[in-house]
Amino acid sequence: MQYHRPATFEDAVTLAAGAQGVTRFLAGGTDVLVQMRSDIVTPDTLIDIKAIPGTHDITRQEDGGWRIGVAVTGAEMREHAELDRDWPGLVEAMDLIGSTQVQGRATLTGNLCNASPAADSVPAMIAAGVTATITGPDGSRTAPVEEIPAGPGKTSLARGEMITALHVPPRGTGGGDAYLRFIPRTEMDIAVVGCGVNLVVEGDTITHARVTLGAVAPTAVLVHAAEDALVGRTLDEEALTALADLAEASCNPIDDKRGTIRFRTHVAGVLARRAAKIAYDRAKGAAK
Amino acid sequence: MSKLHVTTKVNGDTVEFLCDPRETLLDVLRDRLGLTGAKEGCGTGDCGACSVTVDGRLVCSCLMLGAEAEGKEIATVEGIAEGGALHPLQKKFIEYAALQCGICTPGILVAAKNLLEKTPDPTEEQVRYWLAGNLCRCTGYDKIIRAVMDTAAEMREAS
Repeated sequence: MQYHRPATFEDAVTLAAGAQGVTRFLAGGTDVLVQMRSDIVTPDTLIDIKAIPGTHDITRQEDGGWRIGVAVTGAEMREHAELDRDWPGLVEAMDLIGSTQVQGRATLTGNLCNASPAADSVPAMIAAGVTATITGPDGSRTAPVEEIPAGPGKTSLARGEMITALHVPPRGTGGGDAYLRFIPRTEMDIAVVGCGVNLVVEGDTITHARVTLGAVAPTAVLVHAAEDALVGRTLDEEALTALADLAEASCNPIDDKRGTIRFRTHVAGVLARRAAKIAYDRAKGAAK
Repeated sequence: MSKLHVTTKVNGDTVEFLCDPRETLLDVLRDRLGLTGAKEGCGTGDCGACSVTVDGRLVCSCLMLGAEAEGKEIATVEGIAEGGALHPLQKKFIEYAALQCGICTPGILVAAKNLLEKTPDPTEEQVRYWLAGNLCRCTGYDKIIRAVMDTAAEMREAS
């Protein structure tokens, strides 16, 4: 295995595009090193991106949004008070991953590119409308994060392409997001079901809604119909029931040791209700 | 495969080593630098027995390559005592009998010290969550938590 630590994204892309065999990018390594050790993935080329300037930065953009560098750790996000004020759901989703030790290394971009159906940060990112800048041999493009995971352990990134930054939209006024997951304990586990909700309100009326589910399909699910079901109404019991029904109907889970199809489908509805209530309260709090 | 030359600081001392690109920081600490305090429990970041800090940030040394240590400051359990004087956490762990087999203890000491540096007055819940990634199969955790809480109280009084 060759280990490289390029100083620019251009060099990283050139290395990746020209490499033979299996290539992996290394940021926090909390998945890559585990896969190496258990001989699931044995890279011929490992490209450590942490020496590239800007990869450790969380930066407020002119439009009020955020640029999150590809090596920013969960701990750094948790400690960033302004980011947490804007996007508490996104921050708590990342914070749920692993231990204090894992938080010291794990990254949003890594969680996205590992492409686990149960990745906690991914439903929260999709709900928030996060986009990724992707750079490859032919230049850069931008894509919504939901287009990156293509199935368990697979991404849509072409050979030589890499994510070079994540962009969180401006929070604006009256917005709130939340992420909840079910695990059979309180810490250190993998989601049986996860649910992200991002709402914008005017007064009590919802004007924008994005609801996502994790661990109930090969990739995170955007519950498209939730927007129509919630926009223009308050989050009353009728709206919550409609949302829970839509969440259940969006599930396409598997039976495994963590949960059955029936259980996962039911929990998706429960979490959608609960996460929506939290996001709604946060949005109304922010609107004041 | 040629080896990589790495310069880093471990417990304040500048060290240089040659390592294979696949070697973890834990492998380097134990097998090349003779610092066997950090233990390999699982090798996959689940147990925390290999906990060290890198530039003040708590990490599992089994989930980091030795090559990544270039230019960093590493702190291990060997650096916790000052000369022959045990750190207050170490004294309290003995006083409370907060260890049995001892495999998890170095990692827990490193993790707890890191917590108390950031949060001198933690709640019990904060201590339990902070140490959730440090597995102990002997003690049942209670004595560990009490030792950390009491150390925090004592260090606050002393400062």
